[in-house]
Amino acid sequence: MSRYFTDEHEWVDVEGETATVGITDYAQEQLGDIVFVETPETGAELAQGDDAAVVESVKAASDVYAAVSGTVVEVNDALEDEPALVNSSAEEDGWFFRVTLSDKSELDDLMDEKAYKAFVDGL
Amino acid sequence: MSDDKTDTLKKLPLDSWHRSLGGRMVPFAGYEMPVQYEGVMAEHLWTRDNAGLFDVSHMGQVQLEGEGAADALEAIVPGNISALGVGKIRYTLLLAQDGGILDDLMVTNTGRNLYLVVNGATKHDDIAYFKAQLPSAITLNHLEDQALLALQGPKAGEALAKLKISPMQPDWPVPTDLYFMEAGPFMWGDIPLGISRSGYTGEDGFEISVPAEHSEKLAAALCALEEVKPIGLGARDSLRLEAGLPLYGHDMDADVLPVEANLNFALSKARREEGNFAGAERVLAQYPDKSDKKRVGLFVNGRQPIREGANVVDSDGNSIGAVTSGGFSPTLQKPIAMAYVPTALAETGTEITVEQRGKPISCTVADMPFVPHNYHRKPKL
Repeated sequence: MSRYFTDEHEWVDVEGETATVGITDYAQEQLGDIVFVETPETGAELAQGDDAAVVESVKAASDVYAAVSGTVVEVNDALEDEPALVNSSAEEDGWFFRVTLSDKSELDDLMDEKAYKAFVDGL
Repeated sequence: MSDDKTDTLKKLPLDSWHRSLGGRMVPFAGYEMPVQYEGVMAEHLWTRDNAGLFDVSHMGQVQLEGEGAADALEAIVPGNISALGVGKIRYTLLLAQDGGILDDLMVTNTGRNLYLVVNGATKHDDIAYFKAQLPSAITLNHLEDQALLALQGPKAGEALAKLKISPMQPDWPVPTDLYFMEAGPFMWGDIPLGISRSGYTGEDGFEISVPAEHSEKLAAALCALEEVKPIGLGARDSLRLEAGLPLYGHDMDADVLPVEANLNFALSKARREEGNFAGAERVLAQYPDKSDKKRVGLFVNGRQPIREGANVVDSDGNSIGAVTSGGFSPTLQKPIAMAYVPTALAETGTEITVEQRGKPISCTVADMPFVPHNYHRKPKL
């Protein structure tokens, strides 16, 4: 399994044709206490860069963009009852949704863990 | 002056102190201000249970001095300022000539002058308006070298008592003798403080005007107490929203009249009868409940917060109002909001629909405050 990162602070785990998407620990830290996550509908067709989800903190709503294009095959239902999972486990249990990738070449433009770390350190 | 350029953010007197405590600084009202330290939720709940220290030095502190200052100010505010006793504070509204709300403010009769606290984002416009509207015999003094700290929460009194702050005269009261909306001059060692029992969180608490050069010493002494933690703008906003208190520039502005803003209490009876304040005719034509729209509180049915700018819609999806503040209530653990709705829909319990990002969200008109006020009021005799 390979993990990729975007400059919008999302992570993408790729296993075969399926990608799991969430926001990074850095992102949850910046957002603060998360009180609601609006996930996409299963079956939704997402193009890279589309609005895919919304993360709501006490104070503000933030858009989460589709890091990769694909069809949503599963969303993380646990976030409905426990949105704070995104704070406590952003890069594991707090995942947002899974897609079937429609264009794997998009992954070439994403960062690996080392590049993302350097990106965050530079902010 | 370069300081007045809008593209240059000013620094608070306590700027480095906020940063040393891990405060995350964001632009607000022309200043870099701490939005949070450890997190909005924790800071909010701490303030409701203990005491929080807020740096509100961005707000404008202004003295009006001279014979007839109260009467002169009454020409542009609808509060009964001339009847304000020494050491008493009144919340009032700065009104444009057409009655639109230019700002909301606190006015204290210090006995020597009127001491005003106005919003940071509007202070320069307010001062220009005062200068244009008040007779030249009234002197305006903008206290730019004073910081302003707000200590808020149920333990604010016991915390402040530990600082051994003395009255200006031995037989005058100490700060904790003040009741809600009272103020006085005090000394902390050799540092003069103006302290009022007031605030904007719905909790008991104090606002302390301190010379900027001594503000860090005072902030550090307060935060060294076990009851007190520094609290950022984020929690200040969620606390005032729970308390049902409108935020100028969001929940009201120059296009809104006082009755529409649900601020009838700010239209003093004597002033309504006199009808001699700016825009009185237009303002009083709506009194008490004849406006077309009204600011109300909303409970959101569900967990998703609604935000400023979302439209209130009718059954055909037409916009009939707007959300002006919205967020998640840490105390109630559910989303709350303020919105303008048609007066016919302003009754508590009315179901309304808000559209956000194309989705309808069902809401119920709620009584405000959402969380009961906990002021230290003077007992009624």
